Amino acid sequence: MEFLLQPWPWYVAGPIIAFVMFLLLYFGGRFGFSSNLRTMCTIAGAGKYADFFKFDWKSQRWNLVFVLGAILGGLIAAQFLMPQETLDLNPTTISALQELGFQDAGQQYLPNEIFGTTALSSTKGLFILIFGGFLVGFGTRYAGGCTSGHAISGLSNLQVPSLIAVIGFFIGGLIMTHLILPIIF
Amino acid sequence: MKYIKFLLAGILFGIVMTKAEIISWFRIYEMFRFESFHMYGVIGSTVILGVIMIQVMKRTQMKNISGGEINFKPKDKSIIRYLLGGTLFGLGWSLSGACPGPMFVLVGYGYLSILIVILGALLGTFTYGVLKDKLPH
Repeated sequence: MEFLLQPWPWYVAGPIIAFVMFLLLYFGGRFGFSSNLRTMCTIAGAGKYADFFKFDWKSQRWNLVFVLGAILGGLIAAQFLMPQETLDLNPTTISALQELGFQDAGQQYLPNEIFGTTALSSTKGLFILIFGGFLVGFGTRYAGGCTSGHAISGLSNLQVPSLIAVIGFFIGGLIMTHLILPIIF
Repeated sequence: MKYIKFLLAGILFGIVMTKAEIISWFRIYEMFRFESFHMYGVIGSTVILGVIMIQVMKRTQMKNISGGEINFKPKDKSIIRYLLGGTLFGLGWSLSGACPGPMFVLVGYGYLSILIVILGALLGTFTYGVLKDKLPH
């Protein structure tokens, strides 16, 4: 049991994620999260505005149930498997964050400077969260997949388009981390 | 009842995302600074096992639970949409620290401000759907 309460290393996480992908394929689904965002738009009535949202969303119910499970998994882990939440980050990463003004880097999972109540009550803070999410939603649909759909499912199936998408993920991630975040913070 | 297995797979996914710290903004930031092997180990080991697994499934012509073909949908051939879309997603992923899976796990974890990121992601998806025919693919 002690092992369950410690942070899980990559060589435990990787095989479990691969197993989850196997289960979804075996159950007749696929491993890809971002398509659920499209399904949710369809349920909310987006089909009135664009044909892209006109599809039989009920065929995707299994994936929505998978999302519900993921939410429950987060809840279960938070309630029973997290005696402490500090991250063992690289000290270089921590000092880089301190230079940006992030005070308690690695003390909890998300930085207060982006997700805390002070950030939420400022226009800039709200804009960062909405805009960050917007790019995720827009970019994943444009690219036809996210980390699960391209980086994991697509690369596992040796898809060249997924490799191109993953190169894109890194171009964007490196630009944000090294060039834009230092301007915002 | 046929959905319960998807619920259980989702629970396993949510727990591993949480316990391996993949839902943490800091881990994504650290990854894009190349200052930890952790995230590369997670994604790399998943993909290596995934490649072997899918090859075995294809060569043994494994059937799914209801006896049908397993859904290995190949991606459409293109460069521009993957590169541009991927770059936009990468910008959003590293700013919000969450891709479309972890953002839901974080709701369950109790970080409710992530709901604003999800709202943004739905707006982004909607905007793509409206603009789709005007974008190069």
